[in-house]
Amino acid sequence: MASKQPENSLLGPEADSQRTLYPYVTGTSVVALKYKDGILMAADMGGSYGSTLRYKSVERMKPIGKHSLLGASGEISDFQEILHYLDELILYDNMWDDGNSLGPKEVHNYLTRVMYNRRNKFNPLWNSLVLGGVKNGQKYLGTVSMIGVNFEDNHVATGFGNHLARPILRQEWHENLSFEDGVRLLEKCMRVLLYRDRSAINKLQIAKITEEGMTISQPYSLKTYWEFSAFANPAQGAVGSW
Amino acid sequence: MTKQQANWSPYDNNGGSCVAIAGADYCVIAADTRMSTGYNILTREYSKICKLADKCVMASSGFQADVKALQKQLAARHLIYQHQHNKQMSCPAMAQLLSNTLYYKRFFPYYSFNVLGGLDNEGKGCVFTYDAVGSYEKVGYSSQGSGSTLITPFLDNQLKSPSPLLLPVQDAVTPLVEAEAIDLIKTVFASASERDIYTGDKLEIVVVNADGIRREYMELRKD
Repeated sequence: MASKQPENSLLGPEADSQRTLYPYVTGTSVVALKYKDGILMAADMGGSYGSTLRYKSVERMKPIGKHSLLGASGEISDFQEILHYLDELILYDNMWDDGNSLGPKEVHNYLTRVMYNRRNKFNPLWNSLVLGGVKNGQKYLGTVSMIGVNFEDNHVATGFGNHLARPILRQEWHENLSFEDGVRLLEKCMRVLLYRDRSAINKLQIAKITEEGMTISQPYSLKTYWEFSAFANPAQGAVGSW
Repeated sequence: MTKQQANWSPYDNNGGSCVAIAGADYCVIAADTRMSTGYNILTREYSKICKLADKCVMASSGFQADVKALQKQLAARHLIYQHQHNKQMSCPAMAQLLSNTLYYKRFFPYYSFNVLGGLDNEGKGCVFTYDAVGSYEKVGYSSQGSGSTLITPFLDNQLKSPSPLLLPVQDAVTPLVEAEAIDLIKTVFASASERDIYTGDKLEIVVVNADGIRREYMELRKD
């Protein structure tokens, strides 16, 4: 049903729709990998409003229940809504009070169904989600996109991470990485993203989830090096106007 | 002010190829394990093959979220069938159910290209091939997915299936033995991986025969 707008309405292309058309405040890549004791996940703390860096302390990774960790890229408000759905899911799970608790596989399945059903209604939650966790010694790492495409793997990434981080992970990831090696590998990926992803910022958190529980680091920045000669005179050798 | 067009698509093609070959007392169903989007590989180890019933296996390529939803739908319906009839669904029965399930979403289709393989009630191999909206046909062999244009002509050449229009009706199942059919599958996927960018990584082969269901793997090109 079309809504009646006054002449000076600022809604523009959104005037006719009750559904999501574009994302507004967005987070960029999330990168995650399995290591010896569990899952390591990294995401920066930026919330972009188009090309403006509007928010610089957005926590894009959150614990879910006892066994899972959810990281999200894309629309931040949709991420908050997903957290709201998950709050209710975990609450009902706890209310059974039967000693059973939803593991990462179950939460990932639930999220996949939610994302797919919203896509079916043509009103997607504009996120790419990474779900990692450990339950009963079993490590799990999966991802689901805004249209419901989901899979699990030893390492996953969203957005630009797919282009820049996955190739590094394919080369250097191996079974039973130590915690230090895992963090070093994630930082290597995040550094490349920082150099080359326009929406990335140099303020990130790394989260770890093991059988014992979840910890998330304080925000910190990566060391960067800008003195490469190519950066100093980027137009050198370039013929023509571009 | 012109009406805004949709700037996201509810569909994506996650690529991959599927093949099934029916024999006198077996059926081989195979698919690669690569899942892609655009020019990216999402994962190298994703199974496109799903066991629907004791003697009925489906391989699907296309949009993975729709494939998953379709597999879940069929699994759920099979469970209900088992509760109501106290037996497993036969392959031809599942074939009809799949067709109906696909057509149900005729006006917002499952973007899923399927081959169904298994043993019929007499223990003979059967393969059914589908389009995205449920049109299906019992055949001796079939290929679907991104590599199907490369694979089908080769299968036609090797398996010389008689025309279904001939009278008297001739058997479409191949006279090849199981080992020969598996070898043919491996050859066919190795070739498809050379030229189809969406096919590769690993080949998963499922064999259905009187002894049950068994699985085999073979490495494919990773580029």
